Amino acid sequence: MKLDLKRMLRSYGIVIAFVIICAAMTVMSPVFLTVTNVLNVVRQSSIFGIMAIGMTFVILTGGIDLSVGSILAVAGAISAGLLKGGAGIFPIVVLALVIGTGCGLANGLIITVGRIAPFVVTLGMMSIARSLTLIYTKGYPISGFSATYRFIGGGDLFSIPIPIIVFLLTVVVAWLILTQTRLGRYTYAIGGNEETVKLSGINADFYKTIVYVIAGITAGMSALILTSRLNSAEPVAGQGYELDVIAAVVIGGTSLSGGRGSVWGTLVGALLIGVINNGMNLLGISPYFQLLVKGLIIIGAVLLDRLRQEPV
Amino acid sequence: METLLRMTGISKSFPGVTALKGVDYDLQKGEVHALVGENGAGKSTLMKILAGVYRADDGEIWLKDQRITPTGPRSMIHAGVSVIYQELTLVPDLSVAENIFLGREPQRAGGLIDWKKMWAEVEKLLEPFNLSLNPRAKIHAIGPAYQQVVEIAKALSLKADIIVMDEPTAPLTGGEVDKLFEIIRNLKAGGVSVAYISHRLEELHEVADRVTVLRDGERIVTSALADLTVDDIIRHMVGRNLTEQYPRVEDTEGEEVLRVEGLSKRGVCSDVSFSARRGEILGFAGLVGAGRTEIMQLLYGYRRRDSGRVFLQGREVRIRSTRDAVRSGIALIPEERKKQGLVLGLSVMDNSALTIFDLHTTFGFIRWPDIAQRVMEMVRNLGIRTPSLRQEVKNLSGGNQQKVVLSKWFVRNCDVYIFDEPTRGIDVGAKAEIYKLMQSLARNGASIIMISSDLPEVMNMANRILVVYGGRIVKEFRRGEGTEEQVMSYALGLGGSAAGHGIAQGARE
Repeated sequence: MKLDLKRMLRSYGIVIAFVIICAAMTVMSPVFLTVTNVLNVVRQSSIFGIMAIGMTFVILTGGIDLSVGSILAVAGAISAGLLKGGAGIFPIVVLALVIGTGCGLANGLIITVGRIAPFVVTLGMMSIARSLTLIYTKGYPISGFSATYRFIGGGDLFSIPIPIIVFLLTVVVAWLILTQTRLGRYTYAIGGNEETVKLSGINADFYKTIVYVIAGITAGMSALILTSRLNSAEPVAGQGYELDVIAAVVIGGTSLSGGRGSVWGTLVGALLIGVINNGMNLLGISPYFQLLVKGLIIIGAVLLDRLRQEPV
Repeated sequence: METLLRMTGISKSFPGVTALKGVDYDLQKGEVHALVGENGAGKSTLMKILAGVYRADDGEIWLKDQRITPTGPRSMIHAGVSVIYQELTLVPDLSVAENIFLGREPQRAGGLIDWKKMWAEVEKLLEPFNLSLNPRAKIHAIGPAYQQVVEIAKALSLKADIIVMDEPTAPLTGGEVDKLFEIIRNLKAGGVSVAYISHRLEELHEVADRVTVLRDGERIVTSALADLTVDDIIRHMVGRNLTEQYPRVEDTEGEEVLRVEGLSKRGVCSDVSFSARRGEILGFAGLVGAGRTEIMQLLYGYRRRDSGRVFLQGREVRIRSTRDAVRSGIALIPEERKKQGLVLGLSVMDNSALTIFDLHTTFGFIRWPDIAQRVMEMVRNLGIRTPSLRQEVKNLSGGNQQKVVLSKWFVRNCDVYIFDEPTRGIDVGAKAEIYKLMQSLARNGASIIMISSDLPEVMNMANRILVVYGGRIVKEFRRGEGTEEQVMSYALGLGGSAAGHGIAQGARE
């Protein structure tokens, strides 16, 4: 019985932490557990949550992608610009995803063909994509879109906000990919032992490239939702998002060294960060302190993960 | 004789397993006391208790007539016990001297490292070994034999009078083994005692004074080596007579399955050509570093070759990646099975299915039931002991991990299986099992290529033996042709001329 409790804590520690924090928030703020606020929290979490799903693939292979925030910005800016220029919504949606794909593909190819560490390559891409955004927007926001476009980020379907639906669909699709397809199983295996994968006759470089493409696509998806929701594509959009995104993955129990983790963990991790952001606002905690709290929670989550790995 | 160490009635259990049951073990001053047993017999556990890594559930440890209770590895190092693990624990990018003095660097005023003093001390430590080893050389630049010497020097600098060596000869070539034995004899003369773990039973008589055999966590016998033959030791280890270690090999004249022509790579191998027949076991003999592993990796598409053609069933195949090789029906079971053959954090199922996911998908989705069925069958055939297919491989015992690597390739049904040192570091019983498996693969129509540095093994198992020296095939022996000495003479690059007993003795492994 005692052992079971330990195991429960190990497997569901993050869920338990999430429930405790939510309970505490409910007690401390009467607004927290209202339909409006809950939907608000989840909607806000969706934007970086979707990217966190893409990041889960990358981190599962033992890699990292620092450029997702900048990819979001460049995809958002260019599609907003063309939208203002009169392009149709469907082509714009495709375009945002293609820009994300392109940036991710560039990341992946440089990492695998050039044999350069993912940290370095995506750090470079983070800078390049941001610069492209600034060049394209000349530093000014591009705003004011049609109601149809604003529906993507602001609309509801059966009174559920569209971003939440997209987020949950992304989680389910990612879960199917990770558990039911070769790409998914190889993603785990590459993170566990890349040499074994290569010697097993698998083109590991191909699959490693694909995970960066997936991260890029999710950044493109978030770009559409964010620009539509804000009714504006900001040149500084997504700045610092990589931190929340990576934090959501890590808090969700995915190992930074690769090979272990799940999208369900990332889902909870993203919601947890959303709740913390929202909760601190509700409680009127100064923004100066908010980063501090978030930083402590990230480190705490990794410590928890460390403890989970200790042998029994 | 003075008794340096006495361990009595040592018992240790782990959840679900009793690793040791009341084992006694002792070391006299200046003796080498070998510890042998099959994998899982309890050797490592016993030595880890001595090293302070594990705490015994029961039993006593006496050092020089003083009872001690180890509180951790540090306390035992202070007490004079040093362990040289099979996986060496040196830092590759630091120098020999820095490794020896890691954490105890001599310092000058102001916290600067006193390099001159450090180098001088290391030179003094290394002097009795009579080697040309520069204290300033980086560890990654020196061979495995020298790395072991560095570990021994480190132990001596810690004033160890008991040194535990776990499979010290596994990574060494014949000449290096002799050198190590000489060093061990020097240590003995200096009053150091050595606890010596090894699977290579033949070498025990050269180096050890006494032997203790463990089986299933119990001490079966402790005896002077002079009183036991290798066969006796094997009998004690396995608890039965291994009358026939090698299965009978059938001669085969099947059609050609694999042909390699003119395989070359600068600095690795040149103009390597050979063919393998259906049902045949083709042995690749040679010394470590002769290029056998590299030749197979070139053939397998793991490394890029300069030139060379590969034919399967008479048709040329283009192999430019491991993927091409596997799709053409070639499997390579690597030497470092844990490091290159497994993903330790994944399940038995995921590991075993790694080679066959591409065969069982519909619209990109894996057909798990099909895969589960095939893996289950293989797990049963190979007798892999695992609570379920979902068990993570890292929780299995070493022997079962080995079998998972095999299952991963056997489920694919390949035409050619390349085994790189298939029995290195495994115990006698498991060896016999591997031999049987290789044979049943051959009997079912596959071609087996076996790289082995173990001459008796390759001579007993292979239908033909190709000897590799300096990246070339220098000689072919048919089964029954040639003696161990002759094969070794070619492996040493001496041709048939210098075949003599003296050479073969040194380089037997």
